[in-house]
Amino acid sequence: MIEVLDGGLSSTIQDDGRFGQYHIGMPPSGAMDGFAHRVANALVGNDADRATIEMTYGGCDLRFDENAVVALAGAAMDGDLGEESIPMWESVAVDAGDELSLEFATTGARTYLAVAGGIDVEPVMGSRSTYTLVGIGGHEGRTLEAGDRLAVGDSAADPADLAGRSISDEHVPEYDETIRIVLGLCEYRLTDDSREELCSTEWKVTPEADRVGYRLEGVELDFEPREQPFGAGPDPSNVVDLGYPVGSIQVPTKPIVLMRDAVTGGGYATVATVISPDRDLLAQCRTHQSIRFEAVSVEEAVEARRRRRERLAEITEGLQ
Amino acid sequence: MTTHTIEAPMPGVFYRRSDPDEPPYVEEGDSVEAGDVVALIGVMKNFYDVEAEVNGTVTEVLVENETEIDAEAELLTIETD
Repeated sequence: MIEVLDGGLSSTIQDDGRFGQYHIGMPPSGAMDGFAHRVANALVGNDADRATIEMTYGGCDLRFDENAVVALAGAAMDGDLGEESIPMWESVAVDAGDELSLEFATTGARTYLAVAGGIDVEPVMGSRSTYTLVGIGGHEGRTLEAGDRLAVGDSAADPADLAGRSISDEHVPEYDETIRIVLGLCEYRLTDDSREELCSTEWKVTPEADRVGYRLEGVELDFEPREQPFGAGPDPSNVVDLGYPVGSIQVPTKPIVLMRDAVTGGGYATVATVISPDRDLLAQCRTHQSIRFEAVSVEEAVEARRRRRERLAEITEGLQ
Repeated sequence: MTTHTIEAPMPGVFYRRSDPDEPPYVEEGDSVEAGDVVALIGVMKNFYDVEAEVNGTVTEVLVENETEIDAEAELLTIETD
């Protein structure tokens, strides 16, 4: 078992996500930065779908009751394991009784702690991911608190073979500030000027940026005036209800990028969608950081996703 | 006498009180003990307690209530005896 001594600012158990339930209004949840989550898992010999601890801004303090192998990936976080400092992007052996104490993230926003065997909580609707808004999954459906005890799953690998593995520097991501989007579903509702401004503006991440959505501040985007159709709300940003793509951007005054715990549909025009590899980058953008959107085609987005998969496969193979 | 400066460990909004109707946690001139909450930082609807790290007297609050701050922003100073 792992005992939580301090849950940090907002830490949850997450896996790859809860899929196949979107039609009933259940968002996928899962690791906000899927790349870091998967690399952390790969470092400790886990399959990508094992659950990790996602720590936002502030790290956890944990005590391990048994020997374990752990790895940190994602936002850079200083910390100590026993008397030694713990590296990022590298697997480390933990002895029974050791305490791991993590500080605040210095770059990026989310750090993933993987444990060989994964964090073993009861899956809900096929996933161990925490969805705090309705209180399901993870540990009691909520963020971790002091006193929580987390079970560790079985690892197929020999712990002696797992410690001391790291990925090469070229695979450690740089948290770029350019976020690629595909325009649509309703970008036709924006004025020509505003459609251009979406990509030319420097947007600032506000303090209202969490697993549900990232609210951005920049210029005011305008919609083409029209007589609203039957079924659409009165605001020019309203449309007849539609399903919201994960990562889509809606503009109820200020833009919000919908993230992995967001509402699945509604009556706001979604003017663009952040492509999946770049949602990992956006998940690492901190409050007050500036970002820019770059419009790409669907083909370019699919190609970027393919490159990300290849990179993850290369990392995993390199560790075997 | 030594002056300690408390810095923000993360970005967010700086709050001097727990609720708009409550008095500030501390005013300049107040005595504090290590571990006392002196302010909050709110980010993503979470609130982090900013605690005094030393016993002493609050000499200066460097940030206005409800200001947006970055990580490492200097928040307030405490002078130890």
